[in-house]
Amino acid sequence: MNLTLKVWRQKNSTSTGKFVTYKAEEISPDMSFLEMLDVVNEGLVKKKEEPIQFDHDCREGICGMCSLVINGEPHGPKRATTTCQLHMRSFKDKDTIVIEPWRANSFPVVKDLAVDRSAFDRIQQAGGYVSVGTGGVPDANEIAIPKVIADEAFNSATCIGCGACVAACKNASAMLFVSAKISQYAMLPQGQPERYQRAEAMVMKMDEEGFGSCTNTYACEAQCPKEIKVTNIARMNREFFTAEFIKG
Amino acid sequence: MSNFSKAFSSTLGRKLIMCLTGLFLCSFLIVHLTGNFQLFKNDGGLAFNQYAHFMTHFTPIKVVSYLLYSSILIHTIWALIITLKNKKARPVAYAITPKDGSIWSSRNMGVLGTILFVFIVVHMANFWYKYHQGYTPLIEYRTDLNSGATMSRTISESEFTGYVSYIDNGIEITKSEDLYLEVSNAFQQWWLVLFYVIAMAALSFHLVHGFQSAFQTLGWNNSKYRPLIKFIGVWIFSILIPIGFAAMPIYFFFK
Ligand code: SF4
Ligand code: FES
Repeated sequence: MNLTLKVWRQKNSTSTGKFVTYKAEEISPDMSFLEMLDVVNEGLVKKKEEPIQFDHDCREGICGMCSLVINGEPHGPKRATTTCQLHMRSFKDKDTIVIEPWRANSFPVVKDLAVDRSAFDRIQQAGGYVSVGTGGVPDANEIAIPKVIADEAFNSATCIGCGACVAACKNASAMLFVSAKISQYAMLPQGQPERYQRAEAMVMKMDEEGFGSCTNTYACEAQCPKEIKVTNIARMNREFFTAEFIKG
Repeated sequence: MSNFSKAFSSTLGRKLIMCLTGLFLCSFLIVHLTGNFQLFKNDGGLAFNQYAHFMTHFTPIKVVSYLLYSSILIHTIWALIITLKNKKARPVAYAITPKDGSIWSSRNMGVLGTILFVFIVVHMANFWYKYHQGYTPLIEYRTDLNSGATMSRTISESEFTGYVSYIDNGIEITKSEDLYLEVSNAFQQWWLVLFYVIAMAALSFHLVHGFQSAFQTLGWNNSKYRPLIKFIGVWIFSILIPIGFAAMPIYFFFK
């Protein structure tokens, strides 16, 4: 496959970036999107040019490091798929592909396509954990949890913290991510002691980091590679309002 | 109290304000529409004028109407605040607007809301303001209680000392401001009728997203309630109610 890429190049967080056009030639349809970029970068290095910076780690769709808005879609055109798991067969020969970073005030560009997502870490640190010592592994079924609840909590816990929800949202809102992190504990017995403190602390931290406010367009749900549901956001609202107005 | 103000100034709290004022305005639409159905009665406007007098002079309703005016203002101002803050959350725009599978109205609530706000101003200037300032024409109805026949005639300022309704010799006499005539006259202008119809279309699109969205904000979105909320939001609030309102100017224009 031969492709034309329009790639966002930006030196650092303070400079203004611009699009630069590259040719990606003799690309195998079986390559992943990131492997295609590797090939382009090898070419750039050979020409003694600065390679395109992009984030990645596991390349298995589990770590949440890869990003990229590809032709206007976070993680590209394939649903429920991270960029690292997206293959070039999802594109056509001679396609032009526009590649941009996640764009949000709270995710400043580090370089080119790599953005700083540490705002998510700070939200997690504000309350996205259980602070009691958990000890050794308990016996199976020692704590009875109905299957439906366990499944629901598990689904919320599959959020990989990639930030595509923020990238997709017209308000750059982080509510899908935060609600998933609040939900995974709100439903389980281990999460109960700090349930309302957690909801309050994480929401307040999210606001402090400058993410936008949800207007319920549900773009996040459509673009999330892990198909996290917006019902999590409804749950977060409930948890937060209970924390603020009922539990005091 | 400080906890309350903190909660309401959070992103979630601001949404809650939008949601509560929005739902209150939705409930008002039902009352307003039901009352305005009196316009369709073929009684020379008697029932409608009585209704208009009741709505503007019954104290509990007056209190609610102040709540209503403030809800409109708060809903508008908070929408502006939220929009400005949300714009700041993404200072550099995408070259290609993200495709996101969201419905059009959910992304354009501001545009729709602006149309509705302009509509409310025009609507209130046309009827509410004139009525409250006493610029409305005056009318007297005489209903023969034996035959049920009603006669009406326009009366002058000097014959009118405020709204009255009494029975004299088997005839019920009602002297009232004639808001019905005001409405009927206003809707002889085609451009006003068109403006009302457009505004009701905007209302429809605003509510198709807004009504369901309010329940999501309240945290009332799960597989059990969603179908019911969706049904009410789509069929009642974004189809029946806007059509009901739009029918009024159209009715008077073609009457
Ligand atoms: S909710 Fe989805 S899109 Fe958002 S961070 Fe988690 S996995 Fe990524
Ligand atoms: S690189 Fe780990 S999820 Fe894509």
